[in-house]
Amino acid sequence: MFMQLINTLLTVAAGIVAALALFWVLNKVVELLPGSLQYTLKPYAFILPAFLAITLYLAYPAVLTVVDSFKTKVNFPAEKWVGFQNYSKLFGTDQFLQALLNTVLWVIIVPAVSIALGLAIAVLVDRLHPKAEKTAKTVIFLPMAISAVAAATIWRFVYSYQVEGQPQVGLLNALWTSTGAEPVFWLGTTEFRLNSILLMIMMLWSQIGYSMVLLSSAVKSVPTETLEAARIDGANERQSFFKVVVPQIWPTVITVFVTVTISVMKVFDIVYVMTRGTHDTSVIGMEFYVRFSQVNYGSASAIVVILMIAIIPLMIFQVRQFRREEANR
Amino acid sequence: MSAPVVVDTQDISKPSKGHKKAELATGQANWIVKVFIIILCVVWLVPAVGVLFTSFRFEDDAKSTGWWTVITNFTNYGWTFSNYTEAWETAQLGPAFLNSLAIALPATFIPILIAAFAAYAFTFMEFKGRDTLFIIIVSLLVVPNYVAFVPILRVYKSTGLSGFPTVWLAHVGFGMSLAIYLFRTYMSTLPRSVIESAKIDGASDYQTFYKLVLPMSVPVIASFAIFQFLWVWNDLLVALVFLGPGDMAPITVATSQLMGQRQTGWNLVTAAGILTAVLPIVIFLALQRYFVRGLTAGSVKG
Repeated sequence: MFMQLINTLLTVAAGIVAALALFWVLNKVVELLPGSLQYTLKPYAFILPAFLAITLYLAYPAVLTVVDSFKTKVNFPAEKWVGFQNYSKLFGTDQFLQALLNTVLWVIIVPAVSIALGLAIAVLVDRLHPKAEKTAKTVIFLPMAISAVAAATIWRFVYSYQVEGQPQVGLLNALWTSTGAEPVFWLGTTEFRLNSILLMIMMLWSQIGYSMVLLSSAVKSVPTETLEAARIDGANERQSFFKVVVPQIWPTVITVFVTVTISVMKVFDIVYVMTRGTHDTSVIGMEFYVRFSQVNYGSASAIVVILMIAIIPLMIFQVRQFRREEANR
Repeated sequence: MSAPVVVDTQDISKPSKGHKKAELATGQANWIVKVFIIILCVVWLVPAVGVLFTSFRFEDDAKSTGWWTVITNFTNYGWTFSNYTEAWETAQLGPAFLNSLAIALPATFIPILIAAFAAYAFTFMEFKGRDTLFIIIVSLLVVPNYVAFVPILRVYKSTGLSGFPTVWLAHVGFGMSLAIYLFRTYMSTLPRSVIESAKIDGASDYQTFYKLVLPMSVPVIASFAIFQFLWVWNDLLVALVFLGPGDMAPITVATSQLMGQRQTGWNLVTAAGILTAVLPIVIFLALQRYFVRGLTAGSVKG
């Protein structure tokens, strides 16, 4: 253990020193150049490492992934072009279609519930005493800090199942059997996609804090005058909420919606640690990982391309939003 | 400010002090609201409390009775710390904990250094193609990191790179867009006159960066550092792909392996869960302000 600790420290130090040395060398090299050239090239030297990292880890792989998705036996001597075969195979596989359907369900349910509940909580805690508000928000936000793996130890325990006659130590089955019902294998219950919905509940548990915090700050920034004006004009609570508050926080709602949607499309760890995609709970992130670990790179790449195509509209939205902000600056 | 990044607007550590709240209800919260919020908080916490209790129970107890039964007998209950020692040593979570540190610390520091230089150039230096290059960076912000795994694994195989640096570099790449974007957004709010007068006094870009801009950017760097550290600490997919289970596995991978084994008792699984979560929770409670900023800002990350 002690040796490993020393090793860890040395590895960390080596990584950090290497990064520092890189910039030192880069700066020295640029300073060797004559004055005017140095002035022109220095900015590029400053952004070079960043650009290399982004090119190598995002831009180049994105291109290669598209290329690979039209090949079979990627990385093997028998590698060859197969056109759209990877795609047609995917859409002909029941397992993948189930995963796609599940992902669509996730995308329909999770962002909407997250915003509705997040907004409700944000509005309600706003009426509490500041100290109580802070505590409530901390509690709701806390799950966001921990990993899906840590959260899974919590939720697998809640959903855990023992055959009838054994003591039910899982909370859900304990509550369920206390009514006299038979214990249920929750994570294996595919009726109405109940097991997928249970996984979504876990994601909402860990994620609603994010929606709540953003929507709360938006609600707080609604000018009091607009609300008072509405009240003087005789608007009741519901009217002033939907006609005055909601339009003013709408941009934040959209932002949260887009962000949550993107993270739901990419969901992987929750499914991996809870069920490994068994009992029809798979999602496309899981399908990618399965094919990736089977070294079926062509098919895995095709899944990533499908994912990218779904994300591109949201990406365009992000960029346009950013440009608008730059213009307002 | 809105998408993709919201940095300064939210801060759950000091709710609505100083300015009058835009209250929807004229009066105070009525009891229905209070009860609802209390129930909600209880529902949110109860599953986690169950894990905490179970991690201090003996295996036979955890198997035979629900964790809630201890509440009536809390002080006289036969608690044990053995699950933690067993998880740390037998289940190899101790080494995994150290591996997580060995992965997360450099994977946090290196992107900060690289991105700070780039953000400085984008904010304070003039060069051809600056705006175009920056737009490219912002558009790559949400590219899912799934794209990288197959191609990068191939690069690693052909170059022979292995071990922790493979994950460091991957996280450097994945975190870069966000870091540059955040840093530049922040740096462009710094007073230009100070930076320009430093340059007039003959300071080089290198000096201006180290002595002026970097110290002034500490808040945004702290936010990103916390976000990135936790992102890497909590990551499962990248570690599974590049390191896999084994000697170099971080704690997320090790815990998920442990959960996958059927015979592992809940007493041990819950202890592993607590070990996995303890550092993020401590950071969260200690640095809540930076934490919330960083996390909300980083939520767009691929």
